[in-house]
Amino acid sequence: MKNAMKKIYLILMLFYLYAPIMVLVVLSFNESRSRVVWGGFSLKWYEDLFTNSMILDALKTTLIIALVSAAVATVLGTLACLGINRMRKTPRTIVMGMNNIPMMNAEIVTGISLMLCFVAFGITLSFKTVLLAHITFNVPYVILSVMPRLKQTEINVYEAAVDLGATPVYAFFKVVLPDLMPGILSGFLMAFTMSLDDFVITHFTRGAGVNTLSTLIYSEVRRGIKPTMYALSTLMFVSVLVLLILVNVRPQKKGDIIE
Amino acid sequence: MGKKSFALPYVVWMIGFTIIPLAMIVFYGLTDNSGAFTLDNVAAIMTAEHAQALWLSLGLALISTAICLLLAYPLAMILKSISKNRSSLIVFIFILPMWMNSLLRTMAWQTILSNQGILNLVLEFLGLPTVQVINTTGAIIFGMVYDFLPFMVLPIYNVLIKIGQDKVEAARDLGANGVQTFFRVTLPLSMPGVVSGITMVFVPAMTTFVISTLLGGGKILLIGNVIEQAFTSGSNWHLGSGLSLVLMVFILISMAILAKYDPEGSNVV
Repeated sequence: MKNAMKKIYLILMLFYLYAPIMVLVVLSFNESRSRVVWGGFSLKWYEDLFTNSMILDALKTTLIIALVSAAVATVLGTLACLGINRMRKTPRTIVMGMNNIPMMNAEIVTGISLMLCFVAFGITLSFKTVLLAHITFNVPYVILSVMPRLKQTEINVYEAAVDLGATPVYAFFKVVLPDLMPGILSGFLMAFTMSLDDFVITHFTRGAGVNTLSTLIYSEVRRGIKPTMYALSTLMFVSVLVLLILVNVRPQKKGDIIE
Repeated sequence: MGKKSFALPYVVWMIGFTIIPLAMIVFYGLTDNSGAFTLDNVAAIMTAEHAQALWLSLGLALISTAICLLLAYPLAMILKSISKNRSSLIVFIFILPMWMNSLLRTMAWQTILSNQGILNLVLEFLGLPTVQVINTTGAIIFGMVYDFLPFMVLPIYNVLIKIGQDKVEAARDLGANGVQTFFRVTLPLSMPGVVSGITMVFVPAMTTFVISTLLGGGKILLIGNVIEQAFTSGSNWHLGSGLSLVLMVFILISMAILAKYDPEGSNVV
């Protein structure tokens, strides 16, 4: 009885989470452009996708921003962790407190504060400003996932390597970095995901003509979204799904990738 | 292993892109067009229209945070009971929807909840009266709960999974029944996760302008909408900054209240 109720609850929640996704997948195969009328099965939106330069451009911008901002944030964040780890209590508390600001603050406030700052210092809003903004809100996620890993790392091992004649740089890359890797990787993935899905901060910091998928969708909402966008999301969703299944089917060490 | 100076680039970055921008909001919020000091932009929150938007945002955020908590806690417990390994597939299945653009998913609810939408088609088919959900505060709450539920489930799950089964068993051995064990052992031990989940849901719910635009039909204004409009259509940056200051004060107060329930101040994201 108790188990049955658990199962029912689980299925209901899954249905709740996946209902809109199913709707989008179904609509991507809808011949009609309408969101409520089924006009028959069609692949035309998928065909349209490969010639729709507006969507492809937005996809390219989104991916570049996500990749570059996650990569820069990962380097900046990992270095920062090594430094913060060496700090005394007070400066460490101050830096970690600062680190929490972008995570805890409202996105809209982060977005407008960056916009005001760019404009005040005469930096024209463009692709670059979006990138800077994304790096800013990404670093805290990297720090939060690398820091716990660094605390578990034994300093003795590093010292042993140095005692045995390794240069500090060599010891770092051979001993410390492999230990931190799961944290770094999960930080990178988190940053990438946050950047990919961001709308609010991009909305305020983007220049004219710069569109990510999110801002393109938002601007199309009133005119009615072209189902090509559903086709793209379906493809993206299916790729992530396949990737996750592949990662999960492969026997995995506990604590890999996503902690 | 590393030097303190390794943190320097990030500290400089934070000052440039977090601290100075926040100072800019304070500056814009406390000045007028001519650059003279004024409190008008902050006091503007007292006008009927703005105050109403603020209270509505606060109310809707509280309601959706409460619903999220009520839905997420049992879900996190069930996930814990069926997944022995933290990276098991079932947990991924609950995170997976987050990889589809959240604007699109919210849009899809528009399709489901609209007057000729799927929900009403199903109700009609079952011979039940149709409902008007879209463009109401109910639809906005629905959207908030949907969008932010994973942010409540994950921190609670992450804490629950760390509570040793031995503690629960000890309580049972000492004669506590299931309900007592839950309220006196499991729940108190999971408070850091609950607190972290509440923050991660409450702040975005309180400050969103996207969900109210998509599901509220543009007629229901939350404080986020008011601020967004001040920056985009209204172009009154001073007013927008002043109202943002008020919003930040509200966030700080709510965090101070929450901090009382999480003495360690631990972050469990």
